[in-house]
Amino acid sequence: MSNLIRSFSLALAIVMPSIQCRAQEQNDSEEFLDSIFSIQEVSIVEVKNKLIIKPQTLSGPQLHNLNSNTVADALRYFSGVQLKDYGGIGGIKTINIRSMGSSHVGVFYNGIQLANAQNGQVDLGRYSLDNIEEISLYNGQKSEIFQTAKDFCSASAIYINTRRPRFKEGKNYNIVGQLKTGSFGLVNPSFLWEQKLTDHILLSVNTEYTYANGKYKFRYKRKALDGSLAFDTTATRQNGDVEALRGEIGLYGYIPMGKWNLNGYMYISERGIPGAIVNNVFKHGERQWDKTFLGQGAFEKEISDFYKLKINSKFTWDYSNFLRDDPKELYLNNHYYQQEAYLSMANLFTLKDWWEVSCALDGQMNKLHSDVKDCTHPLRWTEMVSLATAFNFEKFSAQASVLGMFVQEHIDSKKAFMKSPNQSEFSPAVFLFYKPFDNIDLKFNGFYKRIFRMPTFNEMYYRDLSTNLKPEFTNQYDLGLTYNKTFSHPFFDMISCRADVYYNEVTDKIIAYPAGQLFWKVLNLGRVKIKGLEVSSDLMAHIRKLNLKWHVQYTFQKAQDFTDKADDFYGDQIPYIPKHSASTSLNLNLQNWDLNYSFIYTGERYSARENIRSNFEPPWYTHDLSLSKDFTFKKVECKVAGELNNVFNQAYEVIHNYPMPGRNFRISLKVKL
Amino acid sequence: MRLKPICILLSFVVALFTLSSCEREEILIDSDAFEVTMPEFTDIDGFYLLNEGNMGENKASLDFFDYTKGVYYRNIYSERNPNVVKDFGDVGNDLQIYGGRLYAVLNCSHKVEIMNAENAVRIAKVDVPNCRYLLGHKENVYVSSYVGPVQVDPTAPKGAVFQIDTLSMTVKGSVEVGYQPEEMTIIGNKLYVANSGGYMAPDYDHTISVIDLETFSLIDVIVLDNAFNLHRLKHDSMGRLWVSSRGDYYDKHSTLLVIDPISKSVVKDMQIPASDLCIVDDIAYVISNEWSNISGDEAVSYAKIDVKTLSVIDDNFIKDGTEVTIKRPYGIMVNPITKDIYVCDAKMYVISGTLFCYSKDGVLKWKQKTGDIPSRIAFKGNLKK
Repeated sequence: MSNLIRSFSLALAIVMPSIQCRAQEQNDSEEFLDSIFSIQEVSIVEVKNKLIIKPQTLSGPQLHNLNSNTVADALRYFSGVQLKDYGGIGGIKTINIRSMGSSHVGVFYNGIQLANAQNGQVDLGRYSLDNIEEISLYNGQKSEIFQTAKDFCSASAIYINTRRPRFKEGKNYNIVGQLKTGSFGLVNPSFLWEQKLTDHILLSVNTEYTYANGKYKFRYKRKALDGSLAFDTTATRQNGDVEALRGEIGLYGYIPMGKWNLNGYMYISERGIPGAIVNNVFKHGERQWDKTFLGQGAFEKEISDFYKLKINSKFTWDYSNFLRDDPKELYLNNHYYQQEAYLSMANLFTLKDWWEVSCALDGQMNKLHSDVKDCTHPLRWTEMVSLATAFNFEKFSAQASVLGMFVQEHIDSKKAFMKSPNQSEFSPAVFLFYKPFDNIDLKFNGFYKRIFRMPTFNEMYYRDLSTNLKPEFTNQYDLGLTYNKTFSHPFFDMISCRADVYYNEVTDKIIAYPAGQLFWKVLNLGRVKIKGLEVSSDLMAHIRKLNLKWHVQYTFQKAQDFTDKADDFYGDQIPYIPKHSASTSLNLNLQNWDLNYSFIYTGERYSARENIRSNFEPPWYTHDLSLSKDFTFKKVECKVAGELNNVFNQAYEVIHNYPMPGRNFRISLKVKL
Repeated sequence: MRLKPICILLSFVVALFTLSSCEREEILIDSDAFEVTMPEFTDIDGFYLLNEGNMGENKASLDFFDYTKGVYYRNIYSERNPNVVKDFGDVGNDLQIYGGRLYAVLNCSHKVEIMNAENAVRIAKVDVPNCRYLLGHKENVYVSSYVGPVQVDPTAPKGAVFQIDTLSMTVKGSVEVGYQPEEMTIIGNKLYVANSGGYMAPDYDHTISVIDLETFSLIDVIVLDNAFNLHRLKHDSMGRLWVSSRGDYYDKHSTLLVIDPISKSVVKDMQIPASDLCIVDDIAYVISNEWSNISGDEAVSYAKIDVKTLSVIDDNFIKDGTEVTIKRPYGIMVNPITKDIYVCDAKMYVISGTLFCYSKDGVLKWKQKTGDIPSRIAFKGNLKK
């Protein structure tokens, strides 16, 4: 019996790669082979790196069982993350990690950073989970050294990896079709085709279409001071429709001791901008069109035992059109064109089995052109050089890196004061790892990192209230521990815990205030000190054939504004950062059935710098449920799933005056040939 | 079995979450009262102050100062009008008392709020798109708006002046004027409105439209050659117009022009920057926080002008050195009886502002924290018009 359980939990651990089983991997410094040719089609995620601090990860079925439609929704389950969500299916969704601001978050899509030099924010609501295999969150940076200089550049990073093609033995193609529908008038078909072209070259084609009218009911209810009802109004969110087409094509090649890939990405969309709900205005008329084309290529080869090379390149062309054609408002029709080119060469030298040195050289060009009146057309060149070294021993590992970043900017504006002077900055980072016991899976880790970000083009040139913006610096200190234990127990299979304490300091922090969904006010707010604590725990257990997985996380953040002692709000919590936030999810699996429950809580916040009553934002929390079943119909693998979100129909706002949807549902059918 | 405590702990956490999910009721924010000074008894027994609030924040708010008690009440609107959905509105732009009624113009809520001047309780709401400023005359109030109802070229809309009947409290009609009209003033039976063209930059408007109130039609346009981006418009006891030009924020500086409406000519360019002004007893009180796109800096000034001699009689009416504590003067009003000077400090726009009260000698009497972006003051009491 106990053997059976043991083999069952082992199988479970293989079939369900997740935070839990990733954590189970005892061999932290051991190099994994690329899992691409694994015999069974199980989503073992490739781990071809020497991470010394494990990221928070969601992958495979665990990721897809969560009630999430987009990458942004999934990130809510991570510790230390605050999601800025303007509501609905087309509302902008960005994230803020450890209160340092969304512009400090690097978002890497298949290894190459997605960026928007115009506003520094990546709308994660646009990345559906459809073809995503793994999402990882790294505080500081990915703690490996064989990476591009860009990987060292942000204060924290999200890595989104799409599915790499892989095939069951004897099969050389995969075809997956999926259709989702539900609230907000959603129609969302997607299609994936994977083909083995030769033994060493694989093709993947993925396309997805999304349409939603974006309509949902929202409610504002207030009580008067005497407890009587002041007002209670329910209305329908208007102008939140989205139509989007996403297409991706990838070629993946394997060469002796190396691999390469070429990817193309296309995104075309039209959306309404629902806008703030204010007194007497429950509807807006702004619209936006976007087109993005992106090509990227990567090549990696182990040239000798001593030397490995990685080359990455990317070109992005981005177009955006904002139209305000509302008879009450002044007409506005602006077009923005952005280009980005990027090239990187990373080199790794293995001096001893325990000692590695790396060096990476990156170059990047960003250009923005628009027909906004009286605005400049900036061109920014960035060169980055990283030098890093890693020492890996059985019980102890250490990494140290230094990044040099050089920025030159050219503008053609009369607003001479706006021009940012050329920058050259050096940023150090140190990562440490210690595993004191051989037989207890308890690990300690810590890091220090100093990094800066440049103000975005918008912050510098497209805002009324921004002048002489300085780069924003962060200093991060982090100490953490993880503990994992697996059991041969009639109930428990595995438990893992993780805790981190950190202290961040942001100087010359640039704070953007929402003054309309696309309009912000920008200030070099000055100095922010952030003290934080993150704890999370995972538990895997089973009762006979019922498998149970439970994840819980809690985040405490005291992010205080220490700009000017003369201000009344000196020491107040900065806007939109709750002191307490938490989430939990519970997954029950019985044979082909999966039931998932999740709860997300965000504590009270303030929508502006002053922590006064008129800026108070009450806490919000949602309960979500999902149920799915896998089955085979005439040799076709199928999966049906249903989701119910905000089960108790709570009325809430993440951003002041942007009401979130009440109870909503989604159903999906997936077939696989 | 030693895992049991963990289980208990974890179940406790779940229970805690479940408890926390009980729905909380949101309650309207009531007013705060502050005793700021000694009671004072004149024919003016109080004033209302409008705080604009930032766009999209729905944080326009109304404050009230009671002279008879020396008490300042902050944020009174929701308390007096609990049943108005989503409070006062988005971006207040003007506040006037006319005929026993308090009128507030809420720009981004596209409405004129009509309240009882005694208690700020709503009487009616009139929808006027993109409304800016308001002025009462006889049985009507006139509201300038950035967008008129009929547009020849919707990509460059012309503004309008709307006429609201004070009895029926409905829009009776409108007259198309220039681009993005701002303040108005009335001399005799003629209404003058300053056109800014603020959204047409760099092709700012530089005209004053003249409307005959008998026929409610546009009868004339005063073209100013050396002014750009007009904003404030007042008239003095000699029937002359005082108009402020915001300039282009580059080399065309903000200035204040005195105009003879009959000959349509400039009487004098005061060559003094002006963000807001108030004329009381032939003295113009002018504040400025002129922004320069070249230096990225603001120039602040507090001046007094003798309207009769057209000369600057004081280039800083604050005499006790407290002007250094004012970060961004945004509005000015002078009590016509006591001549106390009120200066609104909008600070950095995204935080609470401050109202400074100076005696006529320029000495600070009191100051009080307001809502976000304090800008307009309307005196209440027995005012001769």
